[in-house]
Amino acid sequence: MATTISPAPDYALEARGLTKRFGAFAAVNNVNLAVRRGSVHALIGPNGAGKTTCFNLLTKTLQPTEGRIVYDGRDISNMRTSEVARLGLVRSFQISATFPHLTVLENVRVALQSGKPTQWQFWRSLSAIAPLNARAMELLEKVGLADAANLTAAELSYGKKRALEIATTLALDPKVMLLDEPTAGMGHEDIEPITDLIREAAVGRTVLIVEHNLSVVSTLCDRITVLTHGEVLTEGTYAEVSANPEVITAYMGGVDDE
Amino acid sequence: MTRIVLLAALAAAMIAAPFFVYPVLLMTVLCFVLFASSFNLLLGYAGLLCFGHAMFFGTAAYVTGWLLKTTGLSIELGILAGGLFAAAMGLVVGLVSVRRSGIQFAMITFAIAQFVYFVLLQAPFTGGEDGMQGIPRSALFGVIDLSGSLVFYYFVLGVTALMIWLFWRIVHSPFGEVLKAIRDNEARVESLGFRPERFKLLALTLSAGMAGVAGGLKATVFQFATLTDVSWNISGEVILMTLLGGIGTLTGPMVGAGVIIWLNDHLAQFGEWALISQGAILLLVIIFFRRGLVGELSALLRRRKTGR
Repeated sequence: MATTISPAPDYALEARGLTKRFGAFAAVNNVNLAVRRGSVHALIGPNGAGKTTCFNLLTKTLQPTEGRIVYDGRDISNMRTSEVARLGLVRSFQISATFPHLTVLENVRVALQSGKPTQWQFWRSLSAIAPLNARAMELLEKVGLADAANLTAAELSYGKKRALEIATTLALDPKVMLLDEPTAGMGHEDIEPITDLIREAAVGRTVLIVEHNLSVVSTLCDRITVLTHGEVLTEGTYAEVSANPEVITAYMGGVDDE
Repeated sequence: MTRIVLLAALAAAMIAAPFFVYPVLLMTVLCFVLFASSFNLLLGYAGLLCFGHAMFFGTAAYVTGWLLKTTGLSIELGILAGGLFAAAMGLVVGLVSVRRSGIQFAMITFAIAQFVYFVLLQAPFTGGEDGMQGIPRSALFGVIDLSGSLVFYYFVLGVTALMIWLFWRIVHSPFGEVLKAIRDNEARVESLGFRPERFKLLALTLSAGMAGVAGGLKATVFQFATLTDVSWNISGEVILMTLLGGIGTLTGPMVGAGVIIWLNDHLAQFGEWALISQGAILLLVIIFFRRGLVGELSALLRRRKTGR
């Protein structure tokens, strides 16, 4: 695969020469990354490789020191998180990111209010957003949480919270989903259903995923970029990457969760 | 159903109350119930700890008082003007503070409140240390005479009920739902395409306006406005009321306000001991009732329900 320089419409998200320095330390150094439209792309690497920093740059949580980020042919380098979210580039969080005091239905309904004028209406009753309930229930059904709609999110198990987060993210109908270690801290029994949910959610979308669990990566992802020391080591399919001796060296004594 | 019964019982009790309790004490409680609720909107539902909330309360008291004294404005317009002035203040304070959170937000609001206190101390129209005396209780809508103390109590009760309804409406509105989500997880709300600081700004403006109505109302109850109403003691007291009643519960801070005002009234004769007992109560609450009176009570009821 040749590296494309000109804006290619078949890439949903591109990073060009992305660099983030904290003082003299370059956590991310001149990273070029192109995520093909409709693919599930993984960003992996040993601890301290700069995955999370890179992820935070792509989601606009951090501002890059140098380099550009192009989403859907548009330069988003100077935009804020909320702006790119409304354009369809939506991130998830590594730690559980539900709204614990809201009900499961309300969690999704809040997201459905994104970009709508109702979000400012402090003088109206909740019946003003009752029309959103049907869509919220639809999304909850998709992730198997329809029965739990009226529980508060705090009452859900860890795995179900993750499912709720996916439903909340899907409420924005994102073109690109950025998932930060979606199976982190999960027991075996939860990993498979969440992997299935992500696979379903990825249909018709582009997904970039930071993941530690290599078996999840192998079953879910079309392409894999390996980072070490803040730089791209290699990119390819799971078979290509896992056979690469440099990758094996980089991981030696490193992550061995599975 | 039980909620309607409870509300009706509360309404009946409040209507009958002035026949059993000194009306001025009741009206003071009502003003502080409103003030504490405005604080609760900010801390309990937007997660912002304002350590200068008295600036809205006290300034509005002066604005209402000054308008009623110098113009022939009817009383409801005077109080409304106080509320609007405070809301505008809230907007300005929010513009410089709302991007900060936690202790930084508290310190910025505290600093601004101290500045406002100094301005009001120096401004000629406030009467400085002496306060503003002789604020008239002008006629409601320009026609209804409020000079009788019982009639005036019902006016105060009506304004309080209206504002509490508004508070309830805000909390249970589409906007309120986003606000609660921001309190729970601000970064996540931002990642969903919202601008959290704008919601906080509106919440602060609304909260300041409510505090202003409470202050204006208090100025008409006592018929004077003083620097005490702008002082940090009052800012601290409203925090105490909220903690005592229970943060994030709708009714907790109202109960807290009632308890504190009632205690202040009863302990006033003991001078300094009033403050010491307030401190002791706060300590007890922090040690034994972390969720506040109403918070603990509802947790107990919930345990009962699910324990069966």
